[in-house]
Amino acid sequence: MLRFAAVRLALIPPMLLGVSILVFVMLRLGQGDPALDYLRLSQIPPTDAALADARVLLGLDRPLVVQYLDWLRRALQGDFGLSYVTRRPVLPELLGFLPATLELAGTALAITLAVSLPLGAWAAGHRGRWQDRLVRGIAVLGVSLPNFWIAFLLVALFSVTLGWLPPMGRGTGRGTLTHLIMPALAICLMSLSVNARLLRASMLEVGGARHVVYARLRGLSEGAVRRRHVFRNALVPVVTATGMHVGELLGGALVVETIFAWPGVGRYAVSAIYNRDYPVIQCFTLVMTAVFVLCNLAVDIAYAWLDPRLRLGGEEAA
Amino acid sequence: MTTSGSLRAARPGLGPLAVPGALAVAILLLTLLGPLAAPHDPLAVDLTARFEPSSLTHPLGTDHLGRDILSRLIAGARTTLGAVAAALALVVALGLGVGAVAGMLGGRTDAVLMRLCDVFLTVPTFVLALFLIGAFGTGLVNVIAAIALSHWAWYARIVRGLVLELKTRDYVLAARIAGAAPPTIFVEHVLTGVLPPLVALATLDIGHMALHVAGLSFLGLGVQPPTPEWGVMINEARAFFWTRPLLVVWPGLAIALAVLAFNRLGDALRDRLDPTLVAERGL
Repeated sequence: MLRFAAVRLALIPPMLLGVSILVFVMLRLGQGDPALDYLRLSQIPPTDAALADARVLLGLDRPLVVQYLDWLRRALQGDFGLSYVTRRPVLPELLGFLPATLELAGTALAITLAVSLPLGAWAAGHRGRWQDRLVRGIAVLGVSLPNFWIAFLLVALFSVTLGWLPPMGRGTGRGTLTHLIMPALAICLMSLSVNARLLRASMLEVGGARHVVYARLRGLSEGAVRRRHVFRNALVPVVTATGMHVGELLGGALVVETIFAWPGVGRYAVSAIYNRDYPVIQCFTLVMTAVFVLCNLAVDIAYAWLDPRLRLGGEEAA
Repeated sequence: MTTSGSLRAARPGLGPLAVPGALAVAILLLTLLGPLAAPHDPLAVDLTARFEPSSLTHPLGTDHLGRDILSRLIAGARTTLGAVAAALALVVALGLGVGAVAGMLGGRTDAVLMRLCDVFLTVPTFVLALFLIGAFGTGLVNVIAAIALSHWAWYARIVRGLVLELKTRDYVLAARIAGAAPPTIFVEHVLTGVLPPLVALATLDIGHMALHVAGLSFLGLGVQPPTPEWGVMINEARAFFWTRPLLVVWPGLAIALAVLAFNRLGDALRDRLDPTLVAERGL
């Protein structure tokens, strides 16, 4: 188990390195001229002399490989450069916004798991009956509604009409939950629907497996069969999908944050992208990727715990 | 679902394809007819007719610039779904090309291409799309490029997997023994096996990509106003959300309906074209 986790962990640095190269190359391939954007955001008139100065200042006059290696050396020390707009170091600024986003996405993930698992199991237990139809209907709708639109509908219902929940901002103390619930609900509906549907199908499939038939023949109660033999095995594809959901939830948080004035990475990144603040864009992409990769490491470990073949299978499985 | 699915599959006819198929066709027709079907010019500003309620001339009312909402929704179908169609074409072409080369040639080429895919798959899809907009800039063409580049690696992986599986079939071996070159083998013997699951997958992704296009535009990073696009419409309407919530409701409803139709169509197509996927993923 430890070895499995170690192998997975060792794969992360080369993956992030690959992403950093991709990000660096794509930003240089893009249409914008960083020097021009730098001057625009610094409100310096873009004369030829100023442009040349900016190029030297930003290191754009050197070969691309040298630029990348230089950037990498500093990035490894936590220095992702200064924002063109705020003139402050990018990484600390970004990390200041990150907890709010993680709180939102994490809550959404918790709701996803807490609701989708019982819902999927309930549907599977009543296959073909109204409970099953209801869950499948919810799932079909859930994957079709845009998260930012749901956010508006939630605000219209719970803030405007009923006046139960605050329409924006992040609360403290007792207000934490009331502020969190609407944005988290808006972004989790998609993953929740996919998961419920997946668990239902997976439970129906596992329910016909030989070891389950055998367990029933041994005279185990239906509840025990479901819990011990069906549910646990049926969880495997759901766990795999959860790794993907983390990416969707993070993406959803970035969008929905702008609606709820949630003080997270989303609004910071969107304005950076709009302004073409390259150091921020670069750092944002890498930090979000790192979060995503680490969450997937956790998912992989959960997966290995559920599926002993992976844990004991050694290298080829890893 | 499995049993009823197989029973339906045994019976000729459209079966579960009928309803979502009809809805998708209706949406596509509206998209293609576009300007002909719209009662007004979607860009015509009339400041004397701002925020008009539903009426016979304006079935869904008018927006903050007095533009006809129904006409903008119909024109928006063209932008949103057109962008998705273009992105999807790019994704399928890239995925098919890279996946075929990797799968057919194998060895070092395969290893290099798959590591490239891994890099693209390491970044969460929407974050990658946002980043690419940051690199390329906003606007319709850049949105299409960003959506395509953030999705192609999935397709390359899947195509490669299918190619590797199909390569072991006897008829492909026979063609190879007969001396056919890899490109010929791929086009004549492997492609027929790759296309059906790929079509099902692409149909299922239409809705997903439409949500991304609308999401980017909603953030102000995608299609730019005054172009009628569903995400843009929600973005423009949000300033008036507190007093005119319906302006937000309509475009969202349009997105939801289109995504729903294509998702259902994709599900039905997958059940029809690719029974193995149903068994594997059990969806």
